[in-house]
Amino acid sequence: MPGFAPAPQSPASPDWAAIRQDFPILNQQIHGHPLVYLDNAATSQKPRSVLDALRKYYEFDNANVHRGIHELSNRATAAYEAARTRAAVFFNARTPDEIIFTRGTTEGVNLVARSWGEKFIGKGDGILITEMEHHSNLVPWQMLAAKTGARLHFLPVQGDGGLLDLSRLEEQLSGVKLLALTHISNSLGTVNPVAEICALARKHGVTTLVDAAQSAGHRPVDVQEIGCDFLVASSHKMCGPTGFGMLYGRGEILEQTPPFHGGGEMIVTVSYESSTWKSGAHKFEAGTPDMSGAVGFHAAMDYLDQIGRERIARHDQQLGEYAYEQLSGLSGIRLFGPALGRAGLVSFLLPDVHAHDLVMLADQRGVALRGGHHCNQPLMHKLGVESTARASFYFYNTTSEIDTLVEVLKDIRKFFAD
Amino acid sequence: MFDELSDLYQQVILDHCKKPRNFHELPGATVFAQGHNPLCGDQLKLYLRLEGDVIQEASFVGSGCCISKASASLLTDSVKGHTRAEVQAMFDKVHELVTTGKLNGDVGKLAVFAGVYRFPARVKCAILAWHALTAALKGEAAQPVSTETDNPQPGA
Ligand SMILES: Cc1ncc(COP(=O)(O)O)c(C=O)c1O
Repeated sequence: MPGFAPAPQSPASPDWAAIRQDFPILNQQIHGHPLVYLDNAATSQKPRSVLDALRKYYEFDNANVHRGIHELSNRATAAYEAARTRAAVFFNARTPDEIIFTRGTTEGVNLVARSWGEKFIGKGDGILITEMEHHSNLVPWQMLAAKTGARLHFLPVQGDGGLLDLSRLEEQLSGVKLLALTHISNSLGTVNPVAEICALARKHGVTTLVDAAQSAGHRPVDVQEIGCDFLVASSHKMCGPTGFGMLYGRGEILEQTPPFHGGGEMIVTVSYESSTWKSGAHKFEAGTPDMSGAVGFHAAMDYLDQIGRERIARHDQQLGEYAYEQLSGLSGIRLFGPALGRAGLVSFLLPDVHAHDLVMLADQRGVALRGGHHCNQPLMHKLGVESTARASFYFYNTTSEIDTLVEVLKDIRKFFAD
Repeated sequence: MFDELSDLYQQVILDHCKKPRNFHELPGATVFAQGHNPLCGDQLKLYLRLEGDVIQEASFVGSGCCISKASASLLTDSVKGHTRAEVQAMFDKVHELVTTGKLNGDVGKLAVFAGVYRFPARVKCAILAWHALTAALKGEAAQPVSTETDNPQPGA
């Protein structure tokens, strides 16, 4: 593929403290305390290189894409398509034509449900998802099932430990047309064995979609290694700008999938009666796309590869396990998700402190957490809780920030103690 | 320790959230309503026993944050012995208090919620029980009242 080989990684362990300096937003006080940003599963912060790329795009290169013959339009088109090529390399797609740009994970799932789903899913067909899906990988399938008469089935989650129960997977795959599952759970921190699951699905002729919202910026995600048919991700969770994301679709499957939206950019010829449309990714990108989003996303992928995604994954896992261990020292705390092999996030509940009170008090000490159902209402219900508090990490976080979290939680307990 | 929040978490509020009053079902209830805050999953059931126009007993069960629990607890304490009209007037005053910080007249102990308006995210927590109360008095017990004006569509 032309020109976008990831920058070579330095062999030594990266200087995480120096890397943290790439994020101007982290260097501030909140309510008189240094910001401890532990809400990375909701959205990540952006390094200076991404902010610079956005600024440069608007200061020098902005024009509409695929339309003009003038210089700026050519530059904008080249930048937009370069981002697609970069994403193909990043996710190891076979060609850039397998990368569709979207507004994010949610739009990617909806695109597949509407375009592919309405053509290939019929009455009585099974759609298999897991009990840990984010609402964005649940609600579109409910809507599709309601429209087509398909049936929705669930791979169960085994209690607070948060692992999928795969013992009946083979049996559950029978009669199923589509399996959609998350790579990493945003509320449990579970890392699902997506490659193995997709291999089994493929054996049974089941089409697969992987939600990589929580994994794409945190570890290598290789669509060929995973062996999925579709994969979705959001730029904003991986150091890129908001409102942008990608959908990978295996070439053969995209060929058979009708367009999503109709409009400009996706057509070849249009008469008053009918139109023909482009093939490949462009068929799914009607209208003026988010060019600056693509440019920022490109810079974000470069940035992540410069650090090295393997290293990010190791660092993440260390932080996640350190946090799990430190938090489990708080008496009575309820921790969700696996103890080992977890992603860099921990959901928890303190006895007698509601997650909302906890998050608000933590904020007063500069610690940004998330409290709520994390867009996992049915899972919360299954676990018998209304909400949890969640600390989620990225490579710029440190173990000393986790120590701060634990200290703050101890103070919160004192505050609510009798 | 969290001094900046002492306006919100006043001692009376902390006391009521740790030891909620009238925290039980009410077998002799004449009206009942559910409140739901879908954003945080808070749920509460509010029971009232009226004799004629007067609330003789009030109680609640459910789960929620400190502010919503304390609010429900103080509500059940405050409405006892009052008529529907008096309680409606109380609701209006509490609503104004938690949304603007302005106290129009006397609301007794409920004045501890004066600090809530400075924390817009917590207004819903403080008002949830009151919405359930007005729903109960209107006899809208069948549908849970929600802090969100959503439009539930069955099926999909
Ligand atoms: C696992 C998972 N899937 C999907 C999403 C939705 O992503 P977005 O809101 O960027 O479309 C999220 C984000 O919260 C997520 O954590």
